[in-house]
Amino acid sequence: INHIVHNGGLYKRPFNEAFEETPMLVAVLTYVGYGVLTLFGYLRDFMRQWKIEKCQNATEREEQKDFVPLYQDFENFYNRNLYMRIRDSWNRPICSVPGAKVDMMERVSHDYNWTFTYTGRVIKDIINMGSYNYLGFAQKAGTCQEAAAKVLSQYGAGVCSTRQEMGNLDKHEELEKLVARFLGVESAMAYGMGFATNSMNIPALVGKGCLILSDELNHASLVLGARLSGATIRIFKHNNMQSLEKLLKDAIVHGQPRTRRPWKKILILVEGIYSMEGSIVRLPEVIALKKKYKSYLYLDEAHSIGALGPSGRGVVEYFGLSPEDVDVMMGTFTKSFGAAGGYIGGKKELIDYLRTYSHSAAYATSMSPPVVEQIITSVKCIMGEDGTTVGEARVQQLAENTRYFRRRLKEMGFIIYGNEDSPVVPLMLYMPAKIGAFGREMLKRNIGVVVVGFPATPIIESRARFCLSAAHTKEMLDTALKEINEVGDLLQLKYSRRRLVPLLDRPFDETTYEETED
Amino acid sequence: AAGVGQQWVLVEMVQAFYEAPAYHLILEGILILWIIRLLFSKTYKLQERSDLTLKEKEELIEEWQPEPLVPPVPKDHPALNYNIVSGPPTHIITVNGKECVNFASFNFLGLLNNEKVKSAAQASLKKYGVGTCGPRGFYGTFDVHLELEERLAKFMRTEEAIIYSYGFATIASAIPAYSKRGDIVFVDEAACFAIQKGLQASRSNIKLFKHNDMADLERLLKEQETEDQKNPRKARVTRRFIVVEGLYMNTGDICPLPELIKLKYKYKVRIFLEESLSFGVLGEHGRGITEHFGINIDDIDLISANMENSLASIGGFCCGRSFIIDHQRLSGQGYCFSASLPPLLAAAAIEALNIMEDNPDIFQTLRAKCERIHKALQGISGLKVVGESFSPALHLQLEESCGSRENDVKFLKRVVDYCMNSGIALTQARYLEKEEKCLPPPSIRVVVTVEQTEQELDKAASLLKEAAQSVLN
Repeated sequence: INHIVHNGGLYKRPFNEAFEETPMLVAVLTYVGYGVLTLFGYLRDFMRQWKIEKCQNATEREEQKDFVPLYQDFENFYNRNLYMRIRDSWNRPICSVPGAKVDMMERVSHDYNWTFTYTGRVIKDIINMGSYNYLGFAQKAGTCQEAAAKVLSQYGAGVCSTRQEMGNLDKHEELEKLVARFLGVESAMAYGMGFATNSMNIPALVGKGCLILSDELNHASLVLGARLSGATIRIFKHNNMQSLEKLLKDAIVHGQPRTRRPWKKILILVEGIYSMEGSIVRLPEVIALKKKYKSYLYLDEAHSIGALGPSGRGVVEYFGLSPEDVDVMMGTFTKSFGAAGGYIGGKKELIDYLRTYSHSAAYATSMSPPVVEQIITSVKCIMGEDGTTVGEARVQQLAENTRYFRRRLKEMGFIIYGNEDSPVVPLMLYMPAKIGAFGREMLKRNIGVVVVGFPATPIIESRARFCLSAAHTKEMLDTALKEINEVGDLLQLKYSRRRLVPLLDRPFDETTYEETED
Repeated sequence: AAGVGQQWVLVEMVQAFYEAPAYHLILEGILILWIIRLLFSKTYKLQERSDLTLKEKEELIEEWQPEPLVPPVPKDHPALNYNIVSGPPTHIITVNGKECVNFASFNFLGLLNNEKVKSAAQASLKKYGVGTCGPRGFYGTFDVHLELEERLAKFMRTEEAIIYSYGFATIASAIPAYSKRGDIVFVDEAACFAIQKGLQASRSNIKLFKHNDMADLERLLKEQETEDQKNPRKARVTRRFIVVEGLYMNTGDICPLPELIKLKYKYKVRIFLEESLSFGVLGEHGRGITEHFGINIDDIDLISANMENSLASIGGFCCGRSFIIDHQRLSGQGYCFSASLPPLLAAAAIEALNIMEDNPDIFQTLRAKCERIHKALQGISGLKVVGESFSPALHLQLEESCGSRENDVKFLKRVVDYCMNSGIALTQARYLEKEEKCLPPPSIRVVVTVEQTEQELDKAASLLKEAAQSVLN
């Protein structure tokens, strides 16, 4: 399915998102693959139970053997028999700054991934296509690092108190004012962990008697926050505005289930860029719906802040909309700013309320000062306030890299999901064996990629996910593309059945429209 | 022979068909038609059965008015206006422009300003930059993290440890990883907010027992036992846990761990211990409450602590046997779905651990200071000391309430302001009043650190006496 939407003038630029359908043969083979793995899993479990094969799982203490078992056997079936086989694709330890190139510690396993040993060697200069380093601020030298070092020697690493008690430093106030200016909102508040920003603030905003409309593919932190709030949760199909409108209409017309009382408030939870699909939220339509039905919008810009928009201000700027239309603008500092933490921006009443009633302000330690300084310096750099055009150049570079990379991969014949402008590029693998094979083959060729399978994705839709960065030069991308091409041929990953007419190589141009298709 | 047998059965059937009475056949025919109709009819959804016309629906949509997103907060709300600390929150702290001695930050071992810790963090900053740009599973695992996990496991003498990037998220992710819907958790009333959120996320049955009351806990366990005997099949798959804290943040008390261990083996319940305040404080070498009581650490199923108090860093860790800890690497939400701890903070924590291991006498010093101030704070008119004598985080509560919680809070604020103006930085203990299960009474938090000198401790005690007297009159 290919959406090129102009929708009555709501969109100022073409919105080009594509999710090519899984070819039937591939789907069948994938199910067969999982079936074989499951059968073997049962066989091995049987052998382990009857002690024919040595059981390498950790086991319960002797003194506690008659306690109720801590884990259900079946719960770990997937873990023991499928995940364990390809476990070396994840948790790869690195020992350098996670920039465009990274050094990885070599590890081997002599017992099929049950235990790992480190050989002591370091694999150097692996092209890093897995870290969330969109604007390349993960650096070990430069203005950001020097500023952070100065603050570290002045303030120390920790804070040892909560925001409401004695943990509110002048640095935090400075950061919040800057973030508010960057986003174009009245005020903002910063927290120490992006996950916790969602899970601790959504319960403060909505409670029982409220309705949450959440996208199908929302992140675990949004789901946890929604659950902890106690509100009713209804899910609409991914990025599907008809589904959302239907839910909104039904909610207002019918009220709460059974009692029919009207809902106190309706909150729509969406993300800027969805990290597993690479799709961008249809923000103009969501805002139109929100206004029509008088509900509130909570936008999680974890991946899109800094990565979208001509000056990096996120998905709101990308669509040319006003930040006042979004009630709660949330985002994280981990991805584009090379630090850690999250923020919420919005009207002054909202932020005052959160300063008083947020769980994080009252019970959680505030952010570490050097991390705060890194964010301050990188935001100033993106805004251009440090006197250079480095920030602007990086945002442009990222957009160029995105378009180039996606176009080349599509030309090669891979199935790529998501929006043309999103720096998150999922490449479909489908079959379980190819998950492990892709990760290992790319590592042999010195390229680090991230592969994801069940349960982060639907069972047959396993994928490899590339995260582009402004720090990637064209040479690095070309090397990566060459290797991906090779591995794609080796593993027969070129499933796409649409052939694209390739564009002549042009520099990045605002008016570039999409290529014609066969 | 089988074919002939089958044919014979068929013949019998056809015969029976002809011999059946008419009403019988008609009844059966009607039943078959009814079944076919039910199979093909649409399902009946209660919600869709609305007799509203399109116009009425549009009117309803027009009329509906939601509440404002957030209610307005009064300008003088005690929690709205934060104290602004300029400069590092160390022993001498500049709050709202005034220089004071810090009695409010949980910097128990004084490691916040330690030069060795800072230089270790600087070295790490030069090597790795600030952020990790990814969760542990996707190139966010650094060798510093692995080293810190090993060091913590070795220090606490357990098999394995796991690190989280946020102290609150540690216990709030650990509990739901093991305890699911249908399991039973016995938790102390005075448990901190992070534990409460972890329990809420787990959707298990929560049973509160009175603070530190082992008789009450045993009563609940016995009740559960009789329930189990009624339904043994369900009891065989229902997991049970006890969640307690080593040193309670809300009351400053210590939990009676030896009795808990006895109850554990008697009723077959697992124990999760939250040691945020007692790690680096109790015990001869700072290993926490298990060392304090001399208990074998394998008897505790999971120990969770945050590194934001004694270790003066950010984040938290869980330690225990590999059988238990390894599970969190795939099911701990705050571990799998969140970016990992910035390496400079992990390096700071490692250096802090080094200092703890090299100077085991600081724990004695800290304990002596705690005893000293605990004694000095006795006898303040109007305020009573809540907490053990060796607890570094004490509460000063009002002996008699002023009527309402709001008035109590105002009274205590005046005491705190008096002390701040005279050079001792204190803070009230902050809670979310509507969210806590068992809201503790308003109190002033007094924190003892190793860096405070004896004169400063005495000065703080006398100042509090003065403040209480002047505000009371």
